[in-house]
Amino acid sequence: MTTTPQAVVHNRVRRSRRRVLVIGVLAILVVAVYVVSLMVGETFYTLSEIWRVVLGETVPGASFTVGELRLPRATLAALAGFCFGIGGVTFQTMLRNPLASPDVIGITSGASAAAAFAIVVLGLTETGVSVFAIVAGLGVAIVVYTLSFRDGVAGTRLILIGIGIAAMLDSATAYVLSQAAQWDLQQAQRWLTGSLNGATWDETLQVALALLVLGPLLLGQARNLFMLQLGDDTAAALGVRLERTRIVVIVAAVGLLAFATAATGPIAFVAFLSGPIAARIIGSAGSLLVPSGLVGALLVLGADLIGQYAFDTRYPVGVVTGVLGAPYLVYLLIRTNRAGGSL
Amino acid sequence: MTATHTLLVESLKLGYGDRTVIESLDLAVPPGRITAIVGANACGKSTLLRSMSRLLAPRHGHVLLDGREVHKMPAKELARTLGLLPQSPIAPEGITVADLIGRGRNPHQRLLSRWSREDDEAVAAALDATHTADLADRPVDELSGGQRQRVWIAMALAQQTDLLLLDEPTTFLDVSHQVEVLDLLTDLNRNRGTTIVMVLHDLNMAARYSDHLIALADGKLHAAGDPASVLTEDCVRAVFGLDSQVITDPTSGKPLMLPLGRHHVESSRMA
Repeated sequence: MTTTPQAVVHNRVRRSRRRVLVIGVLAILVVAVYVVSLMVGETFYTLSEIWRVVLGETVPGASFTVGELRLPRATLAALAGFCFGIGGVTFQTMLRNPLASPDVIGITSGASAAAAFAIVVLGLTETGVSVFAIVAGLGVAIVVYTLSFRDGVAGTRLILIGIGIAAMLDSATAYVLSQAAQWDLQQAQRWLTGSLNGATWDETLQVALALLVLGPLLLGQARNLFMLQLGDDTAAALGVRLERTRIVVIVAAVGLLAFATAATGPIAFVAFLSGPIAARIIGSAGSLLVPSGLVGALLVLGADLIGQYAFDTRYPVGVVTGVLGAPYLVYLLIRTNRAGGSL
Repeated sequence: MTATHTLLVESLKLGYGDRTVIESLDLAVPPGRITAIVGANACGKSTLLRSMSRLLAPRHGHVLLDGREVHKMPAKELARTLGLLPQSPIAPEGITVADLIGRGRNPHQRLLSRWSREDDEAVAAALDATHTADLADRPVDELSGGQRQRVWIAMALAQQTDLLLLDEPTTFLDVSHQVEVLDLLTDLNRNRGTTIVMVLHDLNMAARYSDHLIALADGKLHAAGDPASVLTEDCVRAVFGLDSQVITDPTSGKPLMLPLGRHHVESSRMA
């Protein structure tokens, strides 16, 4: 019996249809949750009122509440979530380990510590903060990578070194915040677990621009990144230029993560969770970059809705994502331990 | 497909960090034939294979494919002529057989190109050649060791290279699956003229399945040529430090090495 190319085509088309469908459903969900977060709050606004605000008409009450508070907040949530998701899965794929996410190995901690330092100690704002966050994020990536390099990078060593560095940086953030007497707890939360409180259009625009520039750069490497899942040697034997791919991918992913972190703080576990969730629902047929970005956006939007309205007290978004992410981290560590320590 | 590619290694020196693995090596891979590389553990077999497929840059010397240095060739162009199956490739969690084999098409695809008809044909042919068609939808994690190895070879076949290097393709397989994999590679060589270079652990399998046998010892070439002339008692002693008796395999006519350990050997045969 010989296999006809038709059978292969049939099989492939079926799976790529499924992939398109899943991405479509994710995108619709993101839009739906986005719209809901514009509607609900202290006052409920209808779709038509929101639409009029978006078109620039003056609607009493809604123009301020939706236009100046809810719209930037929801937009920043979606954009930052997308950045965390896509940046996270990039590292997890490149290092072939779900634990190697930028929020576990210190990259978002570095960006966060630098942003807090820039604001509290140096008194910088906006772009200055972002630049600080990016330089620190890249710096941490280079330090963790270099420290764990010995005849190639072993995943486990990199993760352990990363966790140590993340702990150091988190305590640095806590120290900087403790020196800032005038800061309230709300603001401090932002740099410890991430928060969307006080989201502004300026911050949102910065993240949008970063995504517009760095997103295509990262997506251009999607196929190479996808090939890296087979191991460095196999990928190289199939024509992937390892060093070039790694450099482009690290710069783009760290840039996205740092811009998002500078705007919202390190929203806990979004980078860590998005990739594995996307992989679970989409399978192995293609790149995970866009699906993970959408899952990230959905996580942040959804978690912020829950944090704001599900309880009597309002919680920052990072507290909610933290509650979701921590059990998964424990699960991964237990599974790793049972599998005999090989990650 | 033709088998006119020449692969030459000239005064090659290789190493990792401070350690030199291969001192100075010259060899030629006969086109259109099956070459097996044998040697003791850590003698540089895998290192040599990695360098021949540009994964490891030489300290000194060259690897020449059709007269061009492989380390200076564009990655994808090289990957359309020369394929490598590493010793322990990684199957991403949950990937299906067809998806994995499809990734072998990477060097034939451009950044934004769609999946082409040639890609589908190559995957179909690879499924057929390796008898994995009925596994196409199964996750690779669920397969047995022998099935998995056939799938990896199918991925390398989908790459459609005229030269294929394999690093210990039979490790961890039981004897029937070893024979199955080596028969498959022989089919590939006979039917398509693919030049095959493989590192093998098992001397007797290497002697039986190769046209050209290369024995490495301590990072140097000990002997190369027809298996009957290379696999001798002296060679086994020099390469592995083992006393042995080499006879002619009654089933294949190729040399067969019988180790002489300290036990279970009739006294008249003790060296």
